[in-house]
Amino acid sequence: MAQMTMIQAITDALDVELARDERVLLFGEDVGQSGGVFRATDGLQKKYGVNRVFDTPLAESGIGGLATGLGVQGFRPIAEIQFIGFLFEVMDEVVSQAARMRFRSGGRYTSPIVFRTPFGGGVKTPELHADSLEGLLMQSPGIKVVIPSNPYDAKGLLISAIRDNDPVFFMEHMKLYRSFRQEVPEGEYTIPLGVANVVRPGKDITVIAYGAMVQTAMKAADVWSKTKGIEAEVIDLRTVSPIDIETITASIKKTHRAVVVQEAQRKAGIAAEVIAQINEHALYYLEGPVVRITAPDTVYPFAMAEEIWLPSQERVQAGFERVLAL
Amino acid sequence: MMSVSWTTKTDEFVQVLNEEGKVVNADWLPKLSAEQLRELMHRMVFTRIWDQRAIKLTRQGRLGFYAPVSGQEGTMIGSEFATTKEDFLLPSYRDIPQAVWHGLPMDQAFLYSRGHQHGGQIPSDVNVLMPQIIIGAQIVQTAGVAMGFKLKNQKNVAFTYIGDGGTSQGDFYEGLNFAGAYQLPAVFIVQNNQFAITVPVALQTAAKRLADKAVAAGMPGIQVDGMDVLAVYAATKQTVDHAREGAGPGLIEAITFRYGPHTMAGDDPTRYRTKELEEEWQKKDPLVRFRLYLEQQGLWTPSDEEAVIEEAKTAVNEALAKADAVAPMTVESLIDSMFDQLPSDLLAQKAEFVKKEGN
Ligand SMILES: Cc1ncc(C[n+]2csc(CCOP(=O)(O)OP(=O)(O)O)c2C)c(N)n1
Repeated sequence: MAQMTMIQAITDALDVELARDERVLLFGEDVGQSGGVFRATDGLQKKYGVNRVFDTPLAESGIGGLATGLGVQGFRPIAEIQFIGFLFEVMDEVVSQAARMRFRSGGRYTSPIVFRTPFGGGVKTPELHADSLEGLLMQSPGIKVVIPSNPYDAKGLLISAIRDNDPVFFMEHMKLYRSFRQEVPEGEYTIPLGVANVVRPGKDITVIAYGAMVQTAMKAADVWSKTKGIEAEVIDLRTVSPIDIETITASIKKTHRAVVVQEAQRKAGIAAEVIAQINEHALYYLEGPVVRITAPDTVYPFAMAEEIWLPSQERVQAGFERVLAL
Repeated sequence: MMSVSWTTKTDEFVQVLNEEGKVVNADWLPKLSAEQLRELMHRMVFTRIWDQRAIKLTRQGRLGFYAPVSGQEGTMIGSEFATTKEDFLLPSYRDIPQAVWHGLPMDQAFLYSRGHQHGGQIPSDVNVLMPQIIIGAQIVQTAGVAMGFKLKNQKNVAFTYIGDGGTSQGDFYEGLNFAGAYQLPAVFIVQNNQFAITVPVALQTAAKRLADKAVAAGMPGIQVDGMDVLAVYAATKQTVDHAREGAGPGLIEAITFRYGPHTMAGDDPTRYRTKELEEEWQKKDPLVRFRLYLEQQGLWTPSDEEAVIEEAKTAVNEALAKADAVAPMTVESLIDSMFDQLPSDLLAQKAEFVKKEGN
């Protein structure tokens, strides 16, 4: 086993799948010759050739259409959208085209596509690079949305996404790309899509998070364990669409209190959906209302105000206080 | 000049000055006064020094997002110089020099770089939009701004910039097509600096010239030497004048090169271009050839150059000090800027942040 950053684990997953399945293709802006603006595809064009790993013209709708058409032809495209803010340029192809292909053709054609994209704040990118648009994707029928929080999960989830027979949006938090290393097994292994992970067991509060907020939630949980003897159980969703409500319900049966943490703006996002599903499945196990910690409903701020805008571990702790007081 | 025929010639490459600063095509030599010629040089030298300082400041963490411009001064300065203050500029992230020469205070450009929202609060007498990050969006919007001038019977043009890579976007074609369909006073300047981050222009398109992309939109497209400030000025002036007179939009493709990295966020040009290529382009440098041209006419001296260098350094320092003096951006002010009247949910969210930010 090797120690890897999340970006290395992603490259490794792409490498494993390109080697295993000839139908897998990899393309996007700057991904070929130079190996991507984050080096996620470093060395892969050299290894697999320009027919399988290639640069595209600068056009996201074109990238999405290429992926959809190649899916019709039986390939398994992995299309990189260079930054999440350019999602809107490709949204028609993702939502109205790829995600509807199976339905429209009665299963004759499918879209076994992975759209990979960096997203997430705290790394001082320019405007429209750091947004969290998973809520928008979650509201779009026919797509799964996966957000890993660590290198090990990133590799296993990405391999599963590539093998999935339907479109998967794979969102990679930029702050996690190189922030820490983890043991990552060589070769292939998968982590099933749609299954959450209890990353910290606890009996007092259930904390549901994903992406970079898993770290934030863990820090807050550690502080409360040390200073107050309160044990939070932290659940990493890993797949935000569909949500693994069973794992959440099992935890709430134990803790009777829940806090949902998301980096995205408040309205109609993952947290809202988690709370709605808790309402449907676990309401009677709760001692009080579920607390939601999110960013405010503004555009993602320019670099200068992002640190205070993003949910902090202090705000998560304030959430613990609130959920216990309710 | 200015009597040059107004049709797209599919093999024309407009160059006025060669690399030695000699006039090679008098047909396109613009009629500029000595003062105007000196001003072009002044702006190019100033911009080069400012760029070098901005790169250093970014490395020191004193600026944030920055896309270097050295190599492209001839294109940037020459084209903006062909417009008037009443003409409207829609810049991309790299077109900060044009924005500043069109009236944006430099300290606001620095605030924008730092990610402070005040950077985008363009003074009311400056006809510039905030730098565009979404490649292609400036092209479609140019049609709208240009239509506004037309509807208001104002004899002004909207002008915008995009890179070679940007010409692959669907929005690029949509904007051009609208401008053509409505015969709008719009001018599109394609800065073909050979690379879109790491991707060479040959991978963007099978078209031989980006200027030819104007043809499908029914507008003239001129290809110019973007390292020749006089050629860029002349071609832009002609296009701007036609648009201003109601003769419809036009496109200019300027062949140029960026010497530096794509942005200061970790791009390493050695991964995608050779030293030889860089040296080849440095020989075409826009400042070098224009300086030679002016010196031959006794219009520029080493002490002129020195004076501009000092002026630029002082201006950058002063703008930086001004930017430093601006209070940091708050989430409170961010929330306030979302709507004319804040809806109730945002008012509640604002209250939380007022507590946190302690004001
Ligand atoms: C819609 C969109 N897609 C992708 C990007 C990311 N991106 C920023 S600059 C760039 C390359 C642009 O190259 P070019 O158009 O040639 O202009 P240059 O930067 O060379 O001036 C890319 C891909 C973006 N900003 N917007």
